[in-house]
Amino acid sequence: MAEVKKIYADDGREIVLKADHLCIQFGGLKAVDNVNLEIKKGELYGLIGPNGAGKTTVFNLLTGVYKPTLGRFYLCGEDLTGKTPAEMNKKGIARTFQNIRLFNNLTVIENVMVGLANQIPCNLVQSVFRLPRHKKSEKEYYERALELLKVFNLDEYKDYLAANLPYGKQRKLEIARAMATNPKLLLLDEPAAGMNPNETQELMDVISFIRKEFDITILLIEHDMRLVGGICEKLTVLNFGTELAVGETSEVLNNPEVIKAYIGE
Amino acid sequence: MEFLTTFVNGLSLGGIYAMIALGYTMVYGIAKMLNFAHGDIIMVGGYTILLFLFVNPIVAIIAAMVFCMILGIVVEKVAYKPLRGASPLAVLITAIGVSYLLQSLAQMIFGSAPKYIVIADLGILKIGSLSIGYNTIITLVCSILVMVALSLFVKFSKTGRAMVAVSEDKGAAQLMGINVNRIIMITFAIGSALAALASVFFLLKAPTMTPTFGSLPGIKAFTAAVIGGIGSIPGAMIGGILLGVIECFAQAVPAISPYTDAIEFSILIILLLVKPSGLLGKVRREKV
Repeated sequence: MAEVKKIYADDGREIVLKADHLCIQFGGLKAVDNVNLEIKKGELYGLIGPNGAGKTTVFNLLTGVYKPTLGRFYLCGEDLTGKTPAEMNKKGIARTFQNIRLFNNLTVIENVMVGLANQIPCNLVQSVFRLPRHKKSEKEYYERALELLKVFNLDEYKDYLAANLPYGKQRKLEIARAMATNPKLLLLDEPAAGMNPNETQELMDVISFIRKEFDITILLIEHDMRLVGGICEKLTVLNFGTELAVGETSEVLNNPEVIKAYIGE
Repeated sequence: MEFLTTFVNGLSLGGIYAMIALGYTMVYGIAKMLNFAHGDIIMVGGYTILLFLFVNPIVAIIAAMVFCMILGIVVEKVAYKPLRGASPLAVLITAIGVSYLLQSLAQMIFGSAPKYIVIADLGILKIGSLSIGYNTIITLVCSILVMVALSLFVKFSKTGRAMVAVSEDKGAAQLMGINVNRIIMITFAIGSALAALASVFFLLKAPTMTPTFGSLPGIKAFTAAVIGGIGSIPGAMIGGILLGVIECFAQAVPAISPYTDAIEFSILIILLLVKPSGLLGKVRREKV
């Protein structure tokens, strides 16, 4: 068991995610090159950059889909580099996807129940023989899932197949499913992609709400600058896999280098 | 009356095919591979019953199910797990290799002559002019119970939901904290136990076992799974029962009974021409 030593920032707040010199190389291509992140507890941190800058690759590194070629990262001081996706999730990193990846053959509430799987104990033997423990835990899954759906205003759709939800609600359900795994750090990959302005506004409200309600740290990738400017506290801008700028949202968005990367000269 | 007898016999045979087809379809859905050694698990189950029959038939059946479960898990761990992520063709060839390995081992241990394995002599039920073997009724009842239990397990348990999730999107399921290797192991265990149960019902029908016994029912159950839509659990049940009923009716008509197998496989070909994804299979759209 590796030593877990919590890391604190200068202002005394705990650092939930610390990434040191993350690099990943696919053949000759350095998709992510020397990226550092320091995200404090409760912070809403944005990761932005033009298409192909390596943002989703950073998410894939943080969730164990890829293993970094170089560099390490720590969740609440615990070194998680090289763990499998399932282990990452158990340690407290959950995510949503750029293209929605719900379990379409399951109902809305069942999707959330899948996320709860590691939160409520019940083993296979108990399930196969339908022992009392199985019934009790199934009830608990259902009730906790319903509670979460209420938070996201999705409870009236609970018996719909996930595939039949409207687009904006599917995005919300993905966040609800991720929240069901009880994460310390939530990664949102372009949560507002494809949403109309009303849905985006609603999403911003949901994100602010879950931050308060669950006391969670969020790292999000987004292209919608209104959303980024509206809710993110700090930003890292990636370009061609490297850090272009890091800092408070307002200064980063006014940085001439960043503007150049986005709209050209 | 003869019609009814044939129909009940067909349902019962179909129940056995469905049980085997469930193993194919679940493994395909979750591990995305065709386990062509699945039919040979039936044969291993049969010989395990032979070994334990001296104790008591019930003990022998349980022993066969447990042994096949372990065998299924071991085969998956040793032969298939190292190939995860390899090309589907490599996995397919490995599965065929495992199939031959199991057949050859059985031949070395038990010889190639048929063994007679009488689990129980159950007699025949006669109601008026209707006569149906008790084994047929037991098979039908048991296979319905098994299918109901499995459906409940998949729908209303944590592991069942995880199985559906993995079959739909392995990557997303992993990121929700599901241990995919564990789910695949459980799937192989369930499928193999069902195959062992199928061998019990085959032996009640006709008490002989040979090392290559599993091939034909294996292929037929695979056909049933494809007819129903491979990957779909209710599809495997419907496909199995359909195939069983067709087989019994074809055998009941003297003029076409020699062509029973040909008829069954022709139905597969025709169905695939009309509905390539099977009766309940979903058309998979490729993401581009």
